[in-house]
Amino acid sequence: MKMLKTTLAVLTAAAALGAVSTAQAGATLDAVKKKGFVQCGVSDGLPGFSVPDAQGKIIGIDADVCRAVAAAVFGDATKVKFSQLNAKERFTALQSGEVDVLSRNTTWTSSRDAGMGLVFTGVTYYDGVGFLVNKKLGVSSAKELDGATICIQAGTTTELNVSDFFRANNLKYTPITFDTSDESAKSLESGRCDVLTSDKSQLFAQRSKLAAPTEYVVLPETISKEPLGPVVRKGDEEWFSIVKWTLFAMLNAEEAGITSKNVEAEAKGTKNPDVARLLGGDGEYGKDLKLPKDWVVQIVKQVGNYGEVFEKNLGQSTDLKIDRGMNALWNNGGIQYAPPVR
Amino acid sequence: MQNRIGAQKGLSLSDPRVRAWLFQILTIVFVVGLGWYLFHNTQTNLQHRGITSGFDFLDRSAGFGIAQHLIPYVESDSYARVFVIGLLNTLLVTLIGVVLATILGFIIGVARLSPNWMINKLATVYVETFRNIPPLLQILFWYFAVFLTLPGPRGSINIDDTFFISNRGLNMPGASMAEGFWPFVIAVALAVLAVVVMVRRANRRFEETGEPFHKFWVGLALLVVIPGACVLLFGSPVQWEVPQLKGFNFVGGWVLIPELLALTLALTIYTAAFIAEIVRSGIRSVSHGQTEAARSLGLREGPTLRKVIIPQALRVIIPPLTSQYLNLAKNSSLAAGIGYPEMVSLFAGTVLNQTGQAIEVIAITMSVYLAISISISLLMNWYNKRIALIER
Repeated sequence: MKMLKTTLAVLTAAAALGAVSTAQAGATLDAVKKKGFVQCGVSDGLPGFSVPDAQGKIIGIDADVCRAVAAAVFGDATKVKFSQLNAKERFTALQSGEVDVLSRNTTWTSSRDAGMGLVFTGVTYYDGVGFLVNKKLGVSSAKELDGATICIQAGTTTELNVSDFFRANNLKYTPITFDTSDESAKSLESGRCDVLTSDKSQLFAQRSKLAAPTEYVVLPETISKEPLGPVVRKGDEEWFSIVKWTLFAMLNAEEAGITSKNVEAEAKGTKNPDVARLLGGDGEYGKDLKLPKDWVVQIVKQVGNYGEVFEKNLGQSTDLKIDRGMNALWNNGGIQYAPPVR
Repeated sequence: MQNRIGAQKGLSLSDPRVRAWLFQILTIVFVVGLGWYLFHNTQTNLQHRGITSGFDFLDRSAGFGIAQHLIPYVESDSYARVFVIGLLNTLLVTLIGVVLATILGFIIGVARLSPNWMINKLATVYVETFRNIPPLLQILFWYFAVFLTLPGPRGSINIDDTFFISNRGLNMPGASMAEGFWPFVIAVALAVLAVVVMVRRANRRFEETGEPFHKFWVGLALLVVIPGACVLLFGSPVQWEVPQLKGFNFVGGWVLIPELLALTLALTIYTAAFIAEIVRSGIRSVSHGQTEAARSLGLREGPTLRKVIIPQALRVIIPPLTSQYLNLAKNSSLAAGIGYPEMVSLFAGTVLNQTGQAIEVIAITMSVYLAISISISLLMNWYNKRIALIER
């Protein structure tokens, strides 16, 4: 079944690459406007990032980035359709044009940025690989994992980073790789693996889905850098800029203290020139991006600023209870930093 | 007619031979042209979009671990080696599956014809159950509902302190070469040679005089006595290493991982149900007159089955059996669902994703399955020809 799916995706990719004329700047935005929605690739179910809720609506920070893009382009955050993709399917889906933007907890690496015809637009979430183990094992550090069996999701940078870590520390391990994160979580619960490894945010999310979350603990080590961000096809600078600046707009809004509650009032009556530029009161910064004048207003009003989106999906009010940490703004102890709108 | 065509020197569309040639040439031009167009266009567009293409990636170092490798592997080995490992893992499942499914299928197939009501009905229930459940579900069942519910390594089922069954698989003693290894290999080769010579002489004597010879028992004796004597003379060919529970898991010895066990078991059981039906139909196709004729010649029940019924039934059995073997080989790709590192999950999965070269990787993977399937077909066709009815 998976074989068939991948094969189909690849055949579609081959057909698309073969038949359609090459990508041109502007092609994606035109196509998106014509069909009336943004097709967004998300994960196959990762709490906090992109997961269907009880009504089948996809919620999470990655999904909200796509909603923000739709809000910027159409002024309507609901004009987005989601494709749930597993780790193996994601790049082919983007390359072949099945999705317009891939916002799916995907790590930014040089080979993905340079060799796959893709380009990352920014970092939604700074992450790193960690280990989730059963408390019964009595392990308190990743260095004690010599000889362990480790469940990993196939086709991820985690596979490579785990191998690097164990080689660097001269430890042995057995990897069991699964297609979906659900399968690897199930295998951890049944005891097939001693350890589940993934990006730390995912580990918290996975743990919240287990039958007995309190029996498992995330080890303190973070063994790699995993900057997760949205990806678009290479060769369409216009669309690239739109996705890139959508995220920057959310960060800038948080920095300027603009929230979904006060954005309309601020747009009308702000005296701060920085805020006026951001919200379209001064200048034509949206036009340069081929976006409406009030693009940032729509993003913040309908989706929220970065901080609101983070809190809503990952923060203390959720089951995940993830601290802002590295993902706090640069002036607040973190490394999230957006270039200014001007 | 002949004269008229002969007289017409020029080419005419009303000539059926000319027409036939014309259409065939047009078809070839069209197919080749289409292929070239697709290839060229894909190539240009890949380049244009900045997607790396070509097969250079095979030399690059893979950098990830693999759960089961039949040849030595470390993470710094190349993607080409990963490919070989995936291929061997697929072939391993296919080979074990084909052998076990054939044996099980023949037993069930014969059981379905049994006059014993109980055996007959059990076989029917088996066939109807297992061939009607999709193979992927059966694989998931055996993996998640059976093997993963076994106790962990520390509470493993211990058989005589040598075999351990747990959710980490079946751990068993591993063999490594000892001093008596090469003499043992030579002894086995000699024994096989002796058996071949014995069988040939026995067959010739049977043809000439009609006297049967206990080929099976004598052969077995040769195979046991010659290597056995060698072991007594030169010492054991292998030394055994018993698995020890150390840290998280068993260390030392050999292990059959639960992914392999679940996959092989599920595919064997599934395919055997089909093979059973093929065997039953093959045996049914031999007319009852053959049995009566054999019995009236004085053959007992065993030889009747072995020498009269089965050889004729095989001619009906082999061609559909080939398709079942092909299905088994192809179904092994369902292992991606349980993380067994075969061709599809390892090469078309992990390697595809790490390199991003989807078209090359999928092309290689498809070629591999094509090659495996064609090899099985050729082998079975050759066997089919060999056992076909030779009319005299």
